[in-house]
Amino acid sequence: MNSVIKAASYVLMHTPDMIIHNGSTPATERIVAPDSEFLKKLPASIRSYDDVLAYAPNQTYIGNMTPAELGKIEQPWYDKKIDAKREGKFGEIMPEDEFILLMQICDVFDLVLLDKDFVAATKDKFAAGPAVTPEMAARVKEGHDAADIAKLVEKEHSEGLYFNGKLIGAVKRAHDIDINLSAHVIHENLVSKAGSVLALRHLVQNAGIDASEIQYVIDCSEEACGDVNQRGGGNFAKAAAEIAGLSNATGEDVRGFCAAPAHAMITAAALVKSGAYDCVAVTAGGATAKLGMNSKDHIKKGMPTLEDVLGGFAVLVVANDGVNPEINLNIVGRHTVGSGSSPQAVTSALVSNALEQNGLKITDIDKYAAEMQNPDLTKPAGAGDVPLANYKMIGALAVTRGEMEKPALATFPAERGMVGWAPTQGHIPSGVPYIGFCREEILAGKVKTAMIIGKGSLFLGRMTNLFDGVSFVIQANSGDSGASAVGEAEVKKLIAQAMKDFAMSLMGQEEK
Amino acid sequence: MDLESQKRILELTEQNGAENMLVILGSSEGESAGLSAETVTAGDPTYAGPLAGVSLGLRVYHICEAEIKDEIPSDLYEEQVGMMEMVMDVDSIAAEMQNIRSQHSKF
Repeated sequence: MNSVIKAASYVLMHTPDMIIHNGSTPATERIVAPDSEFLKKLPASIRSYDDVLAYAPNQTYIGNMTPAELGKIEQPWYDKKIDAKREGKFGEIMPEDEFILLMQICDVFDLVLLDKDFVAATKDKFAAGPAVTPEMAARVKEGHDAADIAKLVEKEHSEGLYFNGKLIGAVKRAHDIDINLSAHVIHENLVSKAGSVLALRHLVQNAGIDASEIQYVIDCSEEACGDVNQRGGGNFAKAAAEIAGLSNATGEDVRGFCAAPAHAMITAAALVKSGAYDCVAVTAGGATAKLGMNSKDHIKKGMPTLEDVLGGFAVLVVANDGVNPEINLNIVGRHTVGSGSSPQAVTSALVSNALEQNGLKITDIDKYAAEMQNPDLTKPAGAGDVPLANYKMIGALAVTRGEMEKPALATFPAERGMVGWAPTQGHIPSGVPYIGFCREEILAGKVKTAMIIGKGSLFLGRMTNLFDGVSFVIQANSGDSGASAVGEAEVKKLIAQAMKDFAMSLMGQEEK
Repeated sequence: MDLESQKRILELTEQNGAENMLVILGSSEGESAGLSAETVTAGDPTYAGPLAGVSLGLRVYHICEAEIKDEIPSDLYEEQVGMMEMVMDVDSIAAEMQNIRSQHSKF
């Protein structure tokens, strides 16, 4: 039986101070041009929490608007404010002060030290958050003197934590010499872990299950945790599961740059279909380095710095319940070592090859979701409208294969796709932002089949020049949970037929 | 342009001489092609990479420009680039490339 998608969650964390202090673009600029105009203009370009809430793509991410509704708003979107809500049906947009407290409760090695006034001012607000359990709130530790924190940052190589431009905490290095445990790495990893915890808590709520029902967690973010002897040793998954209260879960990390979420979804579906586990969560937190990644271009064009949120998501894959949309593992696209790197080779490998093997055409899939980056962020940076480019390529492949007439190419993106709404957090936009909406649209009968496509730039790791990607198809449930699919009488009939065929084959062999 | 790509182009130019270099781009739209072209001719406009303030003035073309397309066997071009050509705004890319070359290319 195919596994099904029982729930999905999507969370954003607004971290304006981390853009300045931890984003890779500002950090690089501080080294190469510390007096640059860009660094001077950056703080004023950063949006407030209220503006981040009122931003339509963010409201889409947490489920308060559909992609179709977003598509009706004229681009660009950053200069148009909509109804600002913290919570949506998929998750929430967490403010920075609460997120810093979430980082503190994710730290189990006393590496995060916060100012005592900051903790006192924030802990009740944190505890009242929509996904924070009493157990999580009870993990909050009391704060320290401001002078001690300043000393850690100035003299002990700690990474500063800031709120409203003020130093309110520090992440200590976990080893004096090992760079794999430096304050920078620990900060980056705790951010990723905290985002994953928040996504998992919303997932448990959205699924309406007890946290103890989740047996296995797969983390598909882009960070690595370990020490000098095992730099990517891993298991963000189990670390996050612990804080999120998933007491019966173990897990693993799946990596593959931006393609990792799609790899993780296929892995989860296979684990459930095989019977190894009945209830698997795929999860990821966000990446601090990508905050403000294109801020130079945004500022140059007089826009706010739009890469101001960390992203997170989680999806719950369970045994077939006869209702929820199925993951069809017969249709799995994969870009192989030998696939080739031209756009048509890549698109064929990810889209048409798997469909063709199942006797299907590109036009047999209702919706495609590949790289769902928000075009507001990418267009000013010269990267174009990424989702639109993907839809054009899939449509062009359908034309090349004779499955569609060329004039239909113009309407293909609107009919089979949608506008992008996800922050440019690498793995976060990679097909998976649609899974929540996809589940709802399939349950409502509006969509029957959807293909989720993950693509990854492996060459960034300098271990191979290859690109990567995988895809899978979500489809309406056949309505058959398998519990009583085949009656006893039918089983006996099938066995009798098999024995008869076997006997006939033996007789045939003797005659030879 | 990616900092590592800038570094490699700079090294190749130092080894082979600017007059022997030809850079072929594959960006999917005019603006990003123009930025890359500017980087290998006038220098890195973002002042972030090894080509910041370094004007190599290299020959630079986009794969879909006629000067390059005509040099490639048509069946190979169709196999590797044909589908993308259907998707890209070739005229806008070619105009942007021509603009950068006329201003900054030394060859």
